[in-house]
Amino acid sequence: MREYKVDLHIHTCLSPCADLAMGPKAIVREARRKGLDAIGICDHNSAANVPAVRKTAQREGMRVIGGMEVTSQEEVHVLALFDQEEELLALHDIVYRNLRDTSDEKLCGDQVIVNEEEEVLGFATKMLIGATDIGIERLVGIIHEHGGLAVAAHVDREGFGIIGQLGFIPEGLPLDALELADPARRTTIPHHERFAFITSSDAHTPRDIGSKYTRFVMEDVSVSEMKRSLEGEGGRRVSV
Amino acid sequence: MTLQEIADALKLDVKTNEHLLKREVTDGYASDMLSDVLAHAGEGSIWVTLQTHANIVAVAATKALAGIIIVNGRSPEAETLLKAEEEHVPIMISDHSTYGVVASLSALGVKGHERV
Repeated sequence: MREYKVDLHIHTCLSPCADLAMGPKAIVREARRKGLDAIGICDHNSAANVPAVRKTAQREGMRVIGGMEVTSQEEVHVLALFDQEEELLALHDIVYRNLRDTSDEKLCGDQVIVNEEEEVLGFATKMLIGATDIGIERLVGIIHEHGGLAVAAHVDREGFGIIGQLGFIPEGLPLDALELADPARRTTIPHHERFAFITSSDAHTPRDIGSKYTRFVMEDVSVSEMKRSLEGEGGRRVSV
Repeated sequence: MTLQEIADALKLDVKTNEHLLKREVTDGYASDMLSDVLAHAGEGSIWVTLQTHANIVAVAATKALAGIIIVNGRSPEAETLLKAEEEHVPIMISDHSTYGVVASLSALGVKGHERV
């Protein structure tokens, strides 16, 4: 058991709002420089760049958690993190089918799919910043059915945060954790004592990577270990 | 102005609490961010939104809003309708957009709820 510094919410050049410099090599290099033990890749409504980052990271000895930042029907952002790549890709397929809008590159920016050498493989053809038709309860259910971790993203931000969009966190919604953009705001979240918290950079540029991270005390880097840390199982713990 | 008069004029599909349509509407508020509605809507307001999540009922009940108009013909989840009956919140659906509904309400003389 040891402490791991993990930044679970990093975008790549696939997210239209992210810097084009957010290729796999740049991300992994910056994560190392910042002293992170592991990173999570969470682009908007797509996991298409996770395999490339994972391959680059394997060469460099950096651990990668594959994920997505899914937009629910209510326009709430939810991080979905997985140990198994096939489960992540299953969610990716469901989400992609449920994205309402088609892409117009001029309107929504570049959505670049790359390989581990940062060569362009293509472009995502749906508008990734759009909302899905999947309600928040169903979304959390689908993430759990696929063995993933469901984390409400940046709950302390009004736009696309669950409290901003829905007024309060629906009772009984089985979120595994809440993500804070600013860990100092933890006690401002109503009923904060009922929830586990993480914090992450939500990096859209290389410079942002590791600006916030969560300390997990656990056996090794995996989503299942993180889940146990969030639950405080067997001496595992988490701090923001 | 009552909810009934509004429902008739805008040809709304009344989904819950039809017996409460004699409720008086004081003014109106339109927003899809529930935190904003909690902060800025007023008692007796008619609320225009595209959100269908069950939390809209809690927000309407907390703020003692007159009722909710859901736009674009969107269908609320079953849970939302169930809670609305329990909490005595009338939910009505319009096939029109938020802008269209608000314009119609305005033409009927329903003013916006203002913070000041």
